[in-house]
Amino acid sequence: MTGPAVLEVADLSVSFHTDAGVVPAVNDISFALRRGETLALVGESGSGKSVTSLAIMRLTPPGAGCVVRGQVRLRESGGAMQDLLALPPAAMRAVRGSRIAMIFQEPMTSLNPVLTIGEQIAEPIRYHRHATRGAALADAERLLELVGIPEPRRRLGSYPHQLSGGMRQRAMIAVALACDPDVLIADEPTTALDVTVQAQILELLAELQARTGMAMIFITHNLGVVAEIADQVVVMYAGRAVEQAALPALFGKPLMPYTRGLLRSVPRLTPLSRLRVPLTAIEGNVPDPAHLPFGCSFAPRCEHVRAGLCDAALPPLEQTDPGHFVRCVRWRELDG
Amino acid sequence: MSAYLLRRLGQSLILLLIVSVIAFGVLHLAPGGPLAQFALTPGMTQADLARIAHQMGLDRPLPLQYWEWFHRMLDGDWGRSYRDNQPVLAVIGGHLPATLELMVSSTLIAVLIGTWVGVLGALRRYSVFDYLATVGAMVALSIPTFWFGLVVIYAFSVRLPWLPAGGMYTIGEGSFLDYLHHLIAPALVLALVTVAIWSRYMRSSMLEVIGQDYVRTARAKGMPERVVVLHHALRNALLPMIAIAGLQLPTLLGGALVTETVFTWPGMGRLFLDSIGYRDYPVLMGVLMVTALLVLIGNLGADLLYAVYDPRIRLD
Amino acid sequence: MIPASGSIDIAAPGRARPRLGRGTRRFVRHRLALLGLIAIVGLALAAAVGPYLDPYNDLHIDILHRFAPPFSGPHLLGTDQLGRDMLARLLMAGRVSLTVGFAAMILSTVVGTVVGVLAGYYGGVIGAVLMRFVDAVLCFPSIFLLLALAAFVQPNLVSITVIIAATAWMEVARVVEAQIRTLRDRDFAVAAVALGAPDRYIMFRELIPNAVAPIVVAATLNVARAILLESYISFLGYGIQPPVASWGNMLNNAQDYLATAPWLAILPGLAITLAVTGFNFVGDGLRDALDPRLDGR
Repeated sequence: MTGPAVLEVADLSVSFHTDAGVVPAVNDISFALRRGETLALVGESGSGKSVTSLAIMRLTPPGAGCVVRGQVRLRESGGAMQDLLALPPAAMRAVRGSRIAMIFQEPMTSLNPVLTIGEQIAEPIRYHRHATRGAALADAERLLELVGIPEPRRRLGSYPHQLSGGMRQRAMIAVALACDPDVLIADEPTTALDVTVQAQILELLAELQARTGMAMIFITHNLGVVAEIADQVVVMYAGRAVEQAALPALFGKPLMPYTRGLLRSVPRLTPLSRLRVPLTAIEGNVPDPAHLPFGCSFAPRCEHVRAGLCDAALPPLEQTDPGHFVRCVRWRELDG
Repeated sequence: MSAYLLRRLGQSLILLLIVSVIAFGVLHLAPGGPLAQFALTPGMTQADLARIAHQMGLDRPLPLQYWEWFHRMLDGDWGRSYRDNQPVLAVIGGHLPATLELMVSSTLIAVLIGTWVGVLGALRRYSVFDYLATVGAMVALSIPTFWFGLVVIYAFSVRLPWLPAGGMYTIGEGSFLDYLHHLIAPALVLALVTVAIWSRYMRSSMLEVIGQDYVRTARAKGMPERVVVLHHALRNALLPMIAIAGLQLPTLLGGALVTETVFTWPGMGRLFLDSIGYRDYPVLMGVLMVTALLVLIGNLGADLLYAVYDPRIRLD
Repeated sequence: MIPASGSIDIAAPGRARPRLGRGTRRFVRHRLALLGLIAIVGLALAAAVGPYLDPYNDLHIDILHRFAPPFSGPHLLGTDQLGRDMLARLLMAGRVSLTVGFAAMILSTVVGTVVGVLAGYYGGVIGAVLMRFVDAVLCFPSIFLLLALAAFVQPNLVSITVIIAATAWMEVARVVEAQIRTLRDRDFAVAAVALGAPDRYIMFRELIPNAVAPIVVAATLNVARAILLESYISFLGYGIQPPVASWGNMLNNAQDYLATAPWLAILPGLAITLAVTGFNFVGDGLRDALDPRLDGR
């Protein structure tokens, strides 16, 4: 987790232009990811975390309906940083699936039901590395073994519906890892799985990371998972980063009321946390991205809101300690 | 999978039974009955009619007649044509291939064109092409097939001497090329309705598939759009179309009858029409049964194909 | 509106093409239905009133002026092989074809609804038997069945209407049965049963009124189908018999004169296409308006 950044996201913004108007889904997200590091992108549904990941992969809807701004810089093999958003489509396709890969939430539906697991893993290898079918399938078998699927040779010919949920997710990971990517984006990969399987998958991901040194962006709304795997955390609310810090800093000294609220609302069954506070929910609902409140987006739900202050203008992202950023005008008062 | 197919087979057999009852009923309960033909012969007396009725077994109770007829059918004895006393099965067998050739070639053309139009419409949703294709399909479904045939004959046989106006072969010639030359127009005319229906269903099937997660995964792997559409999406989108094809059979057969009439194509439809004029009951019943059989077999075949093609059903 | 859950519908990457927006599409769809309605009303009015306005009688034979092409002389749409005015014949034939189509629709809709309601409401053995019967009849191509029936009845307007209805009621029955089956288990129906309402009451006062939407759509599309079927059997010679004209039987001899007088074939076919297209557009528009769940287009 040292050394220069492998991925730098700078002022990433995504807005959708619909018949009903312009919807700002993501605004000014910035972070840097180093080799072997895991960044957790945390937030409730509608916070824009999935859209962020799609924008990094340039998988957002094409055409004028969706506008992506900012920079997504990926380190090339030569050492230079390359802005992915500026690449022509063919060049981006060469990056997608080979240098940055993505796994999704629903393993059940994310795999093609009429193609074998082997074919689906071999596909990116054949395409990106121009491998023959035989060589690609041999690689696929190795990958299946790597992700812990028993009887990998036999499983090459299996179809997705013949595997359990956990195995399917492992297969998906094999697909993503096929071309040895530098960055893996995992969009809630364990949300749809049983708790025990969830733990296995997280363990597998950590193992693979240690082995290959790949960086990971892990999207989740589950703070317990964050505590397990993250080095860095970005908390998103209504499309913006409201707090960003290294894991110990975020959990030890959360400054944004939203972050505090999130931490308070997580039931604690393990002695992981040092904070022993009663379980409380955050009142209200996530705002409609098309009609965000003026000023701080969280103000309507915040227990520390100050009328005239919090709704006057959008709070800027301020640095409180090295590596710790918060978007709240009252953070100094609320500290401690 | 075999349990599923056995069940379908059982259902089809039950339907076949009901179909035979209907076929029998339609032709025997109609006013005039099988004797209508003979009643028209001058000099025929009531006694003569009664004698013929007795000979043909028409004075027996109806259910009994049905039972005997059904048994004879199972034995392979479908009766003899009133017209030329030939065995009905042979007569139908002589005309069936022509109809099948017409239907198969027409379906091939229709599926190719329809898939292309449907997929393109789905990929370019709401575009001008999509809009024109949708409206065009609806108009195509409203055009009487025989009228379309007449228009095609007028355009390509009368005005432009490109295609023959009918028949299967030019007299004197018999080559395969000549056959194809005669097949084009009726096959295209018959294809009109199928293209319209196929393209509409293909479009909605494709739309549903394109929105699926696994298509997103394919893109996330960096696959070019052509691969995503053809290799990932289309293979799944074609699955439900197999059932659509099966359901199209009755319409296709009906269209074939009309097309054969306009283009004087010597198929089963023409035979049926001619037999109506002659009140040739045995042939009429035979053809009715054959069409229903084709529909049932076709649908069973579609289910079989589906079960084989979809790994989720094949490996259960 | 983008749903707040963050699930975005990702369309295919590709070049941006000129798109008709969602609002435009709906309007256009309705515009098509409107056009269809205008076409139908126009045809119906023309058929009803037209013959009184046309100076020529449709039955008047004028051998001297046979095969006059359209737009060439006093006859606006030309004359046929017996010198009869095409426009007059088309309008009178329109009366027949449209009336038969409409009447057949009414009959087939009533029969289909009754069968469908009985099968859907009672379910069980009755329902299974009825629906198997429907499935079996559907195994026969309509035209074969129609011809078989037509050959053995006296071909007048009533009998033709009846046999067309006999081959068109099955689709309605299917639609109605499916709808009634789902409605039967809904709360309002169960409540009616609990209150001790008789079967007939439940079927006709509670269930059918809630199934009106698909019935209306099926009925509209059935008119289109009935007009087409009438044209088919009349063309084949077993439908409406001359001298009564229908669009179908006007095409009966047209094939013989295709080289010399193509308008004899083209005009009636255009009329049929126009009428059927009109009903199909309207039916499609109704389906869109009455059942928004079917928006997969």
